[in-house]
Amino acid sequence: MIVETAAPAVVRLEGVTKTFPQGNVTALQDIDLELAPGEFVSLIGPSGCGKSTLLRVIGDLIEPTAGTISVNGKSARQARNDGDYGIVFQSAVLFDWRTVAKNIALPLEMLGWDRNRRRARVQEMLELVELTGFGEHHPWQLSGGMQQRVAIARALAFEPALLLMDEPFGALDEMTRERLNLELLSIWAKTGNTVVFVTHSISEAVFLSTRVVVMSPRPGRVAGVFDIDLPTPRTADTRDTPRFFELVTQVRELLRRRGEHLLPEEEAALE
Amino acid sequence: MSAITVSGGRGSAHGVRVLRKLGEWLPALVVFVLVVGLWEGLTRALDVQQFLLPKPSAIVSTFWTQRHSLWPAGWYTFKEALGGFAIGSGLGIVAATVVGRFRTVGKALMPVFVTANAVPIIAFAPIFGAWFNPISAQSKMAVAAVLCFLPVTVNTLRGLQSAKPEQIELMRSYAASELQIWWRVRVPTALPFLFTALKVASVLAMIGAIVGEYFGGALNALGVLINTDAGVFQFVRAWAGILVASLLGLALYGAVVATERIVLRWSPEARGS
Repeated sequence: MIVETAAPAVVRLEGVTKTFPQGNVTALQDIDLELAPGEFVSLIGPSGCGKSTLLRVIGDLIEPTAGTISVNGKSARQARNDGDYGIVFQSAVLFDWRTVAKNIALPLEMLGWDRNRRRARVQEMLELVELTGFGEHHPWQLSGGMQQRVAIARALAFEPALLLMDEPFGALDEMTRERLNLELLSIWAKTGNTVVFVTHSISEAVFLSTRVVVMSPRPGRVAGVFDIDLPTPRTADTRDTPRFFELVTQVRELLRRRGEHLLPEEEAALE
Repeated sequence: MSAITVSGGRGSAHGVRVLRKLGEWLPALVVFVLVVGLWEGLTRALDVQQFLLPKPSAIVSTFWTQRHSLWPAGWYTFKEALGGFAIGSGLGIVAATVVGRFRTVGKALMPVFVTANAVPIIAFAPIFGAWFNPISAQSKMAVAAVLCFLPVTVNTLRGLQSAKPEQIELMRSYAASELQIWWRVRVPTALPFLFTALKVASVLAMIGAIVGEYFGGALNALGVLINTDAGVFQFVRAWAGILVASLLGLALYGAVVATERIVLRWSPEARGS
């Protein structure tokens, strides 16, 4: 389903299919999706629905079996080589041998920025994720939530148009997760990135997104798309509004209907 | 560990750390003193024959009176061990690099290395005497080098292959080349593995040099000295030689640990915290 938008798409997927030869698993089947600039799109679905695979296909970390992908009007390969996206994983994936500042500077090093420019940008990024003063710490000296903020700072340091996030808060406790949700929204409001956000959590998807893409498993397909019309900026109170509950219920029902052949624990994960 | 504990005042934190270090060492020190004391007391009380177990006080006094022959012998053997350690570990790092860099070579060689690592290499010591001049330092160096080579190769290789898939994916998202991934991810990940191997190798190098000398060597070599002293019932002197060997072995091990602390400053494990 291609959504009509006026601005040129940041990400455009057409007929994207991915089959893994091992076990002949169809992870993705015939995915069509288009992301307009500045959109915050969540991919949600039970494990095995291919949402992480889809994220990696957009990032050119996995090659699709069929279909075309364009990012910023270029091929996914070209976009990766041009540094058009930043990526955040479920674990922070920080390098222990680098300080926080040097971790954030890593993509800038790869892009050949000189030392002064790197240092200035790292300071800005530390401010953005509210970790000023932690630049000289090592990752293992930080809490899980702080580490994930460093990972976000690193992903945004070179101002990519697109931010890919693979369950970035999945390993954090509920309190930290909700706080980081708000922080992420305020960062997004400042930077205006297009975000693709993979998650297991229905409420997280609804709370953060402008659009929620529900995927169904085996083979991974788009089961439905929800436009999230909650007012912005979203606050902690947004979670208490009737509309929020309504949207959460709608998403959950679609997931239920599409997930008849879900395993019990996958069903539980959707609660 | 929380960030708050580390951002505390540096000066006082240093003092506290010194005290804590002392506290950590104290039990070991007490045990050491107790064991030596017990050894001294029991050998005196039970009047144990010197050839069975000499008194620690006798060993230390011989260690002192014989220092002009023991220390040069120790230094000679130490140089063999050090040479073997450097050659064996160096070649091990090179082998791990080649195998880690080229996957097809790795697939062929890794099982060979792992199997060879289980072979009691020290059994080959007399053979090295035949390959090199049996009296020469080179044959002992060769024993030490061969002993060091496999653990360093296998461990370093394991380290080079221990980078997490997501770390590699992250680098690929920056369009990093294989070489950039190598230097920025694989090598730093391998360093703690390398130092673990070097610590093992430092001990093996001393063993290799001394055992090598048991099969023959220069007259002023420590292994030869210990061997001949034991052969002519000079057991106290043999024990004093063993004491020298132990001190030198500890020194080599300590040097590796000190280097590790400097190189792996960033690592919570190497810092000992």
